[in-house]
Amino acid sequence: MTLQEALFNYLLRLGDNALIQGHRLSEWCSKAPVLEEDLALTNMALDQIGAAQAFLKYAGAIENKGRSEDDLAYKRAERQFFNNLMTELPIGDFSFTIAKQLLLSSFEFFLFRGLSQSKDQTIANIAAKTLKEVHYHLAHSRDWCFRLGKGTEVSHEKLQNSVNALWMYTDELFEMGEADEVLMEAGIVFSLKEIKPKWLELVSGILDDANIALPNVDYMQTGSRKGIHTEHLGHLLSEMQFLQRAYPDASW
Amino acid sequence: MDATAVQAVFQDKIEQDLKIEPKDPMPDRYRAHLIRQISQHAHSEVIGMQPEGNWITRAPSLRAKQILLAKIQDEGGHGLYLYSTAETLGISREEMIEQLQTGKAKYSNIFNYPALTWADIGAIGWLVDGAAIVNQVALQRTSYGPYARAMFRICKEESFHQRQGYEIMANMMKGTTEQREMAQDAMNRWWWPALMMFGPHDKDSAHSGDAFKWRIKRKTNDELRQKFIDKTVQQAEVIGLTIPDPDLKWNETKQGYDHGEINWEEFKRVINGNGPCNKQRMEHHIRYHEEGAWVREAAAAYHEKFPTD
Ligand SMILES: [Fe+2]
Ligand SMILES: [Fe+2]
Repeated sequence: MTLQEALFNYLLRLGDNALIQGHRLSEWCSKAPVLEEDLALTNMALDQIGAAQAFLKYAGAIENKGRSEDDLAYKRAERQFFNNLMTELPIGDFSFTIAKQLLLSSFEFFLFRGLSQSKDQTIANIAAKTLKEVHYHLAHSRDWCFRLGKGTEVSHEKLQNSVNALWMYTDELFEMGEADEVLMEAGIVFSLKEIKPKWLELVSGILDDANIALPNVDYMQTGSRKGIHTEHLGHLLSEMQFLQRAYPDASW
Repeated sequence: MDATAVQAVFQDKIEQDLKIEPKDPMPDRYRAHLIRQISQHAHSEVIGMQPEGNWITRAPSLRAKQILLAKIQDEGGHGLYLYSTAETLGISREEMIEQLQTGKAKYSNIFNYPALTWADIGAIGWLVDGAAIVNQVALQRTSYGPYARAMFRICKEESFHQRQGYEIMANMMKGTTEQREMAQDAMNRWWWPALMMFGPHDKDSAHSGDAFKWRIKRKTNDELRQKFIDKTVQQAEVIGLTIPDPDLKWNETKQGYDHGEINWEEFKRVINGNGPCNKQRMEHHIRYHEEGAWVREAAAAYHEKFPTD
């Protein structure tokens, strides 16, 4: 794998994570438990779509085949997406979205803090900007974990179930592939293994404060580094890409 | 202060064109009128998130998706802001939501129409927000201070929405044949409902007497509708869209357009609950409100246990 290929692949991963998570968050529009949360969730969706745009644009530039961020978002098929499986899972109830956001934002916190030091200046810049947004996403999901975890019996049970259901998707966040190795050599990225213990410490601290037990699972899901996804991604893409696919000659 | 004294102080302020503020004496009927109007306005912002939200997951570019998300977020923000404005008159958001869900409070009829294609997102921004601006600019001079100030803040964002909607239409009109047809079709479906947003003709308009006397309203339905038509017809021409009204023509004497007959039967039918989406909008609102009940309960319980958090 050349450096260029590795960088393209890694940028797709970053862009796809933001794109798919942003898409899922945007599904909350007009469905949140209170109007304030409707705004908060769509605001996070906006941040994510903005990050997706930046990463995919850069991916297109690195690939150097004339593909724009929109081409990459709207004209690739399921097997060409590299987002972590967790991001594509359907939004579920509010506790599921909050638990998912906590697990992802705490990961992104360490990820973008690390990448903001990248030798690749474009990545460092996007990461630094994204990191600021992640602080807010993390605080938002942490506060809701406290409210749900310690609010009522019902909310506690729902949050615990959601954390349990999501846990098997957490290992994948830290998986290292060939692209990571190549880019590490070049000082562009760092080892995700390094941040795993820090992530676990942060997450378990928050969950503990929320009276939520750390799940014990015997199998961790994997696949996205190879473009192997859950069944959910295909449906998401068929909806997201509908206009671009139905009117290939149109620009909007 | 007895009712007569309240009336005198209030009327004096109105006559001097001073704003009425939340703590000022005001007649009960003025208060009730404002609560009805402002809560209806707030509900409209919120219900309006549904037809546009219908296209968020299918927006055709990352930029379009961001613009639409931000727009709908603005509308939600307007809703919040207007709920707080109504709260200054002594009603809670919970009560207002209950009135909405039991049908006691209304929302703008326009949102009972469906957003069927992407061009509808353009048409809604351009025509619906465009019509809303005309109404809201007039309300910047309304007599209730908090409502007038809310309108100042909201109008700035609405004019953004209007331009963005127009941009969608303009781009589609520069696009493929299919895109142009889609844009014209949206225009055909949204034009008349947009004109209905200004309400019945002045000669048939109920409640407007008090609203004028109290300076809540300063321009009539027909005056506002005329303003909207005059600015919009030109915008449509520029991008090559046809206004779906064979009777539309320039009237040299009044320096404005005359328009064809509005279908008031349809207007009444939709207001009375039989539009294409009335049931759907309300069921959606109730469904997600109920599904979120456990979250609101959890937040309240948490706040009770840890009041300082
Ligand atoms: Fe609005
Ligand atoms: Fe608007």
